[in-house]
Amino acid sequence: MLSLENITKTTQDWLLTKFSPTMALTIECVIVILLSITLFALLGLVLVLLERKVAARIQIRLGPNRVGPGGIFQTAADTLKLIMKEGLTPDKADKFLFNLAPFVVMMVAMLLLAPIAFAKNFQIWDINIGVLYISSISSLSVIGILMAGWASNNKYSLLGAMRSGAQIVSYELSAGFAVLTIVVLTGSLQISDIIASQENGWWLFKGHIPVIIAFVLYIIAVTAETNRAPFDLAEAESELTAGFHTEYSGMKFALFFLAEYINIFIVCAIGATLFLGGWMPLHIGHWESFNHIMDYIPSSLWFMGKTFFLIFVIMWFRWTFPRLRVDHLLNLEWKYLLPISLFNLLLVTVIAIMGWHF
Amino acid sequence: MFLKDYISDVVNGVSSLLKGMRKTGYYFTHSKEIITEQYPDNRATLKLADRFKGEVVMPHDENNEHTCTGCTACELACPNGTIKIITKFDITPEGKKKKAIDAFIYRLEMCTLCNLCITACPSDAIKMLPNFEHSVFDRSKLTKILNKPGSKIKEGIE
Repeated sequence: MLSLENITKTTQDWLLTKFSPTMALTIECVIVILLSITLFALLGLVLVLLERKVAARIQIRLGPNRVGPGGIFQTAADTLKLIMKEGLTPDKADKFLFNLAPFVVMMVAMLLLAPIAFAKNFQIWDINIGVLYISSISSLSVIGILMAGWASNNKYSLLGAMRSGAQIVSYELSAGFAVLTIVVLTGSLQISDIIASQENGWWLFKGHIPVIIAFVLYIIAVTAETNRAPFDLAEAESELTAGFHTEYSGMKFALFFLAEYINIFIVCAIGATLFLGGWMPLHIGHWESFNHIMDYIPSSLWFMGKTFFLIFVIMWFRWTFPRLRVDHLLNLEWKYLLPISLFNLLLVTVIAIMGWHF
Repeated sequence: MFLKDYISDVVNGVSSLLKGMRKTGYYFTHSKEIITEQYPDNRATLKLADRFKGEVVMPHDENNEHTCTGCTACELACPNGTIKIITKFDITPEGKKKKAIDAFIYRLEMCTLCNLCITACPSDAIKMLPNFEHSVFDRSKLTKILNKPGSKIKEGIE
């Protein structure tokens, strides 16, 4: 069967026969860069269209349906328009930081792609501190947002950026605790170990109620971390025009927009990896024949299916819930999510020590 | 008790959020709920509201007869001079002079579709049509003469 694992292996073998190991590594790096940029562009197009379609269906509308069959080329046309537009820099903005900020946000999103396992043995970088790497890098995106807000020389941008800073720093905590519950259960920070530990069932099913609570907390926290409604105070279009990217236009705006969707993909991919088993097919205990049938579905499809399910859930949130007020937002984190996740982590630790999980 | 309030807070919050998600999830999975009208494509099957008012017309029957007596009640009722009635005198077979309309001039471009002329009409000679495709290339085409050429008043309408 043609699998991604075989393709990477053959490519590497072929490169090693033709070039020296250093050269082969360089070429591999270039290939990985090209592939991830392609993935980013594709994801941007697909996710924006998906968002618009989901929004339309939830609001009893049809959504884009004119460009191409069912509107599938709508986002491509939008991107073309954004490329054509002038990337304006305001007169009194801090030009260097202003132009740097979209790339910082984008680079953070790209760095997060490294430890994600897209299929069986198909991973850019399987480091032994994968989860730590993810949680440390994902908190960097706030720097890009603060940079954009500060450099714009606009009070709306600055307010949006400051809100975003407060929000991301707070919600980082409960996202971290939710991730820690899985680390406690697995006993490893490596992504491949975490996936391998879910071979006889996903943690969501194996870990009893505490893991389900952790999963819900994780989804809430990452919705806040990616600045999406109901936690989109950073852009809050009815209060702050467009928040931190008010002054951005053209392709620089598109980079922020793209980074938002890439971040959603990444946090959903991590959620799928930690709680729903990543590329691991649905295995139930000792049902050998059932497990065997499930193995026939390619692992990349499993991963994408789970990730897109989580993305759909987050989109569902966005088009259902009203935006929180800024003090309610911080109340929710510090008075509800954080105590619950601390208590929950304690419960999971007890379960892990006593070996009560399956 | 503090802890009890805290837990009931969380439970109430989560349940009300789930209620909202259930509603939107219902809309997402039921495509028959979609209310979008794809207008130029569905012109043939377009359904407008019963009370939709688009244009004043004067209905004529198969003998090219209308029921307008030329009383100018509609002209007086009109708030912005949309309607102008020019009357003439017909000679009846008995040799008596009878008032009739020569031209019922209706300026669609000035009409606010307020329906006052329809309610003012004592003989139901004019009515509103649910017609909204009014764009033309020349403004003068919007000034219409509602009574058809050669039409006359129906027998027995005073």
